[in-house]
Amino acid sequence: MIVDIDAEVMANTKLSADYNVLVLAAPDIARQARPGQFVMVKPSGSFTPLLRRPFSIFEVLRDPSGTPGAISLLNKRIGVGTTLLWDVEPAGRVLCLGPLGRPFEPVDPPAEAFMVAGGVGLAPFATLGDALIARGTRTTLFYGARRGPELLYTEWFATRGVTLALATEDGSRGDHGLVTQPLQRALAARVSSDPVALYACGPTPMMHAVWKLAAGFGRDVQVSLEPVMGCGMGGCYSCVIPIRNDGGQRHFVRSCLAGPVFNASRVVWEDLMG
Amino acid sequence: MLNAQCYDSLVDLSAQIGPLTLKNPLIAASGCFGYGVEYKEAVDLASLGAVCVKGLFLHEREGHRPPRIVETPAGMLNAIGLQGIGVHRFVREHLPALRDLGATTIVNVCGSTLDEYVEVTKVLSDHEGVAAVELNISCPNIKAGGIQFGCSLTGAHDVVALVKRATALPVIPKLTPNVTDVASFARVAQEAGADAVSLVNTFLAMAIDVETRRPKLSNVLGGLSGPAIRPIAVRMVWECRQAVTIPILGMGGIASGTDALEFIIAGANAVQVGTANFFDPLIWNKLVADIEDYLRRHRIERLSDLVGGVEVSAFEPAWIDS
Ligand SMILES: Cc1cc2nc3c(=O)[nH]c(=O)nc-3n(C[C@H](O)[C@H](O)[C@H](O)COP(=O)(O)O)c2cc1C
Repeated sequence: MIVDIDAEVMANTKLSADYNVLVLAAPDIARQARPGQFVMVKPSGSFTPLLRRPFSIFEVLRDPSGTPGAISLLNKRIGVGTTLLWDVEPAGRVLCLGPLGRPFEPVDPPAEAFMVAGGVGLAPFATLGDALIARGTRTTLFYGARRGPELLYTEWFATRGVTLALATEDGSRGDHGLVTQPLQRALAARVSSDPVALYACGPTPMMHAVWKLAAGFGRDVQVSLEPVMGCGMGGCYSCVIPIRNDGGQRHFVRSCLAGPVFNASRVVWEDLMG
Repeated sequence: MLNAQCYDSLVDLSAQIGPLTLKNPLIAASGCFGYGVEYKEAVDLASLGAVCVKGLFLHEREGHRPPRIVETPAGMLNAIGLQGIGVHRFVREHLPALRDLGATTIVNVCGSTLDEYVEVTKVLSDHEGVAAVELNISCPNIKAGGIQFGCSLTGAHDVVALVKRATALPVIPKLTPNVTDVASFARVAQEAGADAVSLVNTFLAMAIDVETRRPKLSNVLGGLSGPAIRPIAVRMVWECRQAVTIPILGMGGIASGTDALEFIIAGANAVQVGTANFFDPLIWNKLVADIEDYLRRHRIERLSDLVGGVEVSAFEPAWIDS
């Protein structure tokens, strides 16, 4: 069931000059959350900003007995809303509605999983990584950023048994270039009968490039798209994504209900890229 | 004399909209609550006065390209472009569920021509579960349809009179605030036989990204809604209350019980909540509780006794200068 909580901020950890992780006490959301789902959040009690922001549920945090009690959000300070979420202090309150949206479908062994993240697009992959590892699925995180220090939480994934394939545009860590480079090598190293499930989240051009690359190897990708959302509940029709239906016709579907996870082969990328 | 306990239980929130009795005055505004069914997990639809579903044409519509919304101070602009599934799919796919959920359903009817308003209304009249039609003659976001009827007194009159002749359902034209004198449109609607009027739809507006010098919406223009418009909407409801005797469904920026009461005191018999539903989708129980609490504090038994109860001692419009 979808719940709305005026959640207490349990921690606000700054990871870099513009990334932070907010931990919110939200047991009813933590208990139900599935990988790739999101919440709609904003700090309590103000009309500035007016609307909530969609955030992937980053981590589901459990108490010592294993009961889910909190969720965390990976935030990048960009605009008004995200700056408020950067500034909010522990014991402050954040309105948090969820869990919302169509989740990723984690694969089982013998299939392997490739998670491809760009920048803040890392957010949905902590819960997905957990779900994949719990199933015993061999999982690799392909993760790109501009500079080495912007590659966050790599230890977190490594300790859980996720293989890392990193890339930075300045070459300070991992491959020198885009995340599609290590991905290209990994795809080339598999024969087409090897089952591989791909998942991607990041800037739209990155997801498009990942899909084109994967399609070249005859594979589809589950992409998590992040358009502007008004309500997250299907009420406003603002977060629409151009999708091709079975008959090949283009139409707009609400990302909050039909997504945020889509099969990349359905997305009309030319339209999405503007 | 009634004791306080007994008095409490007598608070009556019902609202009479022509032949239609709503259990309370709170209505989800069109375009801000999908087709209602999207909210069934989170909101008890039967607990609302009514659900006004998204505007419907005869056929499906794709709507505008994104970006379709942009935030502004205490408000937002939208240019959705009335994306929708069309009335036929609506009655097939969603009306049965709304009925089963116990919702009082008002359908927002759109048309590119007079005939289309009539046709859509006829389809709705043939199906069980529609409580009333709200005629959208006020959408600022589409080229053909709606606003050309809402901005001309004869246009508004004709739509209402024709639809009224075609259905037994209560007919509620929804007025645009993008005219000089809204009250004259309310008057014309009443003369044409409207059972009530809804107001306001959104205010035509524009936002520009100064870095790129481009409009922030793909449609260039959009409609402003949310708390930013509330004082103007309240003024318009008050003006209409003095112009007509039919019920008024007031809206524009309502985000609390106090806001709703302001519209009711200005003259609205019921209120609609649009934009607030986006950032506070579970707002409904709070609104009911706040209004009940107000009535108790003020020892008012029936909400309807409060309608139009604003106490204006002297009003001299010529004094408004700035
Ligand atoms: C995203 C959005 C979509 C809307 N769609 C419709 C619509 O389909 N038909 C209609 O009559 N009004 C529509 N409206 C107008 C609202 O029903 C309401 O009149 C207006 O937003 C003012 O109320 P508010 O400030 O509470 O939102 C829409 C408003 C918004 C924000």
